[in-house]
Amino acid sequence: MSARDDVLARVRAALGAPAPGPATGRATAGTVPRAYRERGDLTPGSPEAVEVLVDRLVDYRAHVHHAAGPADVATLVGDLLADATSVVVPAGLDEAWLGGLGDATAVVRDARDDPRTPDELDRTDAVVTAARVAIADTGTIVLDGEPDQGRRAVTLVPDVHVCVVRTDQVVQTVPEAVRLLAAHPERPQTWISGPSATSDIELSRVEGVHGPRTLHVVLVGA
Amino acid sequence: MTRTFLGLPVRRGARTLPDDVAHPGGHGTSASAGRASDAFGDVPHPDAPLRWGDAFPDAARVALQNTQLRRNLAHATSTIRTKRAAVVGEVPDWEALRDAGSAIKTDVMARLPELLEELERNVVARGGVVHWARDADEANRIVADLVKAKGVDEVVKVKSMATQETGLNEALAAEGIAAYETDLAELIVQLADDMPSHILVPAIHRNRAEIREIFLARMGDAPPDLSDVPRELAMAARAHLRRKFLSAKVAISGANFGVADTGTLTVVESEGNGRMCLTLPETLITVMGIEKVVPTYTDLEVFLQLLPRSSTGERMNPYTSLWTGVTPGDGPQEFHLVLLDNGRTDVLADEVGRAALHCIRCSACLNVCPVYERVGGHAYGSVYPGPIGAILTPQLTKASGGLSGHDDPNASLPYASTLCGACYEVCPVKIDIPSILVELRAREVDADRGRPTGWGAAMKAASFVMSDARRFGLAGRAAGLGRVVAGSSGRISTLPPPASGWTRSRDLPAPAQQTFRDWWRDRPVDEPRTEGGERP
Repeated sequence: MSARDDVLARVRAALGAPAPGPATGRATAGTVPRAYRERGDLTPGSPEAVEVLVDRLVDYRAHVHHAAGPADVATLVGDLLADATSVVVPAGLDEAWLGGLGDATAVVRDARDDPRTPDELDRTDAVVTAARVAIADTGTIVLDGEPDQGRRAVTLVPDVHVCVVRTDQVVQTVPEAVRLLAAHPERPQTWISGPSATSDIELSRVEGVHGPRTLHVVLVGA
Repeated sequence: MTRTFLGLPVRRGARTLPDDVAHPGGHGTSASAGRASDAFGDVPHPDAPLRWGDAFPDAARVALQNTQLRRNLAHATSTIRTKRAAVVGEVPDWEALRDAGSAIKTDVMARLPELLEELERNVVARGGVVHWARDADEANRIVADLVKAKGVDEVVKVKSMATQETGLNEALAAEGIAAYETDLAELIVQLADDMPSHILVPAIHRNRAEIREIFLARMGDAPPDLSDVPRELAMAARAHLRRKFLSAKVAISGANFGVADTGTLTVVESEGNGRMCLTLPETLITVMGIEKVVPTYTDLEVFLQLLPRSSTGERMNPYTSLWTGVTPGDGPQEFHLVLLDNGRTDVLADEVGRAALHCIRCSACLNVCPVYERVGGHAYGSVYPGPIGAILTPQLTKASGGLSGHDDPNASLPYASTLCGACYEVCPVKIDIPSILVELRAREVDADRGRPTGWGAAMKAASFVMSDARRFGLAGRAAGLGRVVAGSSGRISTLPPPASGWTRSRDLPAPAQQTFRDWWRDRPVDEPRTEGGERP
C-alpha cells in the first residue's frame, strides 16, 4: 500500500467513515456560522477608510505620503529616491511615476521573462511598485505579482520599497480584500504590513530584518 | 546529560550543522569550548522531538529553580499578553470569528479525506508534486532524497513546527546536508544547540544579554562590538544570513494553511526570512501536517484575522505569502508538498481529543498559562509545550504509549495544568483545552486500573476505614497525632512516601485538636438554637 493510500485509509478509519465509493468530485461543505463582518462600515476608497489605513501604517513605522495625481507621484518618488543610485521597477509600472527620478539614478527593469538575478537585485537600492488592494483595519498592502507589481523577488531584496496605492484600492476589512483576491487565487501574493520586523527578542517588536527595512507608501487620489 | 557551554544540550547526539562549514567560525570551535560551564541553567537532553527529558513534574521542579528563566518568561509573556488583549479588544466581531474558525476546523476534520484529495489535485494541477508521509522518518527520507537529487548539501529553512516535530534538521545532518534555520529565534536556538521552548518564539527563554553572548560565541561573523540592543542583534542576523538567502538552491518550509479548493499554500511570518526562502531558491519543499488543510480560499479571511492578533499581538503580521503550485517566471520553479501524518490520525480517531488538531499554532495559550509562565517550555519535553502541548503531545505519541504508558513521561503532561481555563478563553479556534485535559487524565487513570499503585492502595484503605463508623472514629483520632509532626508552625511540610507526593509541593495543615465527631458529641445540648443566623 502506498503511503498516500495508507494515510488516507487511516484518516477514514479514524473517522469511522466508509471506504470511498466512485469519485464524488469536490468535497461538500459543512455548516459554518459566518456571523462575522463580511464588510466594514467604511466605504472602500473613502477618506475615512484611508485615514484608518494611514494610522495603521504609521503605527508599523511605514512612511506615508499623499499625492494628488500621477505628476505628484513622480515628484514624490523623485524626492524619496534622490539618493538612490539604482531603482528596479516591474516592466508594467506606470512610466509617469518615474518622471521625477534624477539622472544619477539608474532604472533597472524586471519581468518574468527577463528577470534580474538575486545578486543584481541586492545591488539595487530601491524598488517602486503598484499594489492590488490595501486593507485599512490591519494596515496591509497586498501585491499579486501582476506586471505593475512584479515578481516577488523585486519587492523583497532591495532595502527600500516605494509602494504606490490608489485610494480607491483601500478597503476596510480583511474579508473585503480576500473576496477581491479570490478572483485570481492562483496569483502569487505577498501581504505586506509595514517594513520587515521581528518580535523574537523578548517579544519586543524591532523593525527591519531581512525584508526591505524602509517602506514608503504613496497614496494617490483616484 | 551532555551539555555545551552556556549549559546547553548537544542535540540528540548529532549536531545539526557541520562544524567547519556552517555559521563560520562559531560552531566548530565551540563544541568543546565550555561544556563544564552551566551559566544559564538546566536544559534537559532531548532524545526525540516529541518525548525528551524527564517527566513533567521532575522537569518542572528543576526549571523552577532557574530564576533567570522565570524572569525572562515573566517579562516576555506579560508583554505579549498586553499586546494581544489590546488588538483583540478592537475587533468588534472577535467572538463571531472564533465561532467561524472553530466550525471550519470541525468541518475540516469531518471531511479530511476528501479535502486532502482535493488539495492534492489542485497542487498537482498547478505544477506541484505531492508526497505523503506516514511518519517522521518517512517525511525526512522524502525531503533528504529531494535535496540530494538537486545535488546540493545545504538548504535554508523557514521556521516550521512540522519539521521540528520530525527532527528534520538532524536527519538531514546525518545525510551530510546542512539545514540553516533563518527565523531569528530559530537561529538563536540552532546556534546555541538548544531546544525550542515556545511555538512562536522558540528562544523566548533567552534574554537579550544571553542572545548577544550566543551570537558573539557562535555566529562567527558577528561584529565584535555587538551590543544587546535588539535592533543591533537583528541586524547581525540579517548580515549573517544575507549570502545564504541569495545563493540557496533549495528551501524547506512548513505551511500555516493549505487551501483545498485552490491548492494555495500560506506562510505567515514577520522578518522576511520566509519570503526569502519561498521566493529566491529554485526548489521549494513544504512539509505540512494533514490537519492544516482548509476547505476554501475565502476561509483565509477568518484565519488571517485570528492568527496574527492571537500570536504576536499585531493587527497583521508584516509578511504573508500565498502561492499556488508553480508560477512560471516568479519564485521556485519546482515545488514539492509533503503531507505528514505522524500520529495525527491517532488523534483524529479520538472524538474528544481530536479538537487538538484544530490548533493553528498561535501560542496564545502558552502566553496566558500560569504553569507555562513559571516552568517554561523545556519542562514539557516536546516541541509542543504549554497547554496545547499538554493535550497534543500525549495524543500524537499515543501509539507508543504517550497517553497511557505508566512510565511514559508524556502521560504526565495532562497534569501540567491548574485547569484555570485561561487557555480556552484566548484560543482563536476555541479548543476546550481544560475539558480535554480532564478527559486525558481520566484515560490515564483508567489505564492504570487493576495494577497496583499508591493511589489504588490508598483508596482501598480509605474504603476499609470509611465503611465502618467505629474504624472511622478511631482513624479520626489517630490523625490528631499529626499535630506532633506539625510542631508549633501548625503545618506539615515533609512526610515520608507515599504521602511525600502531597508534601513535595504543598504543606499539609495540622489536623484539628478535636475531630468533628468528638465536637458534635461533646457540644452543650442547651446551647440556644438560632434560625437563619439571627440571634434573638
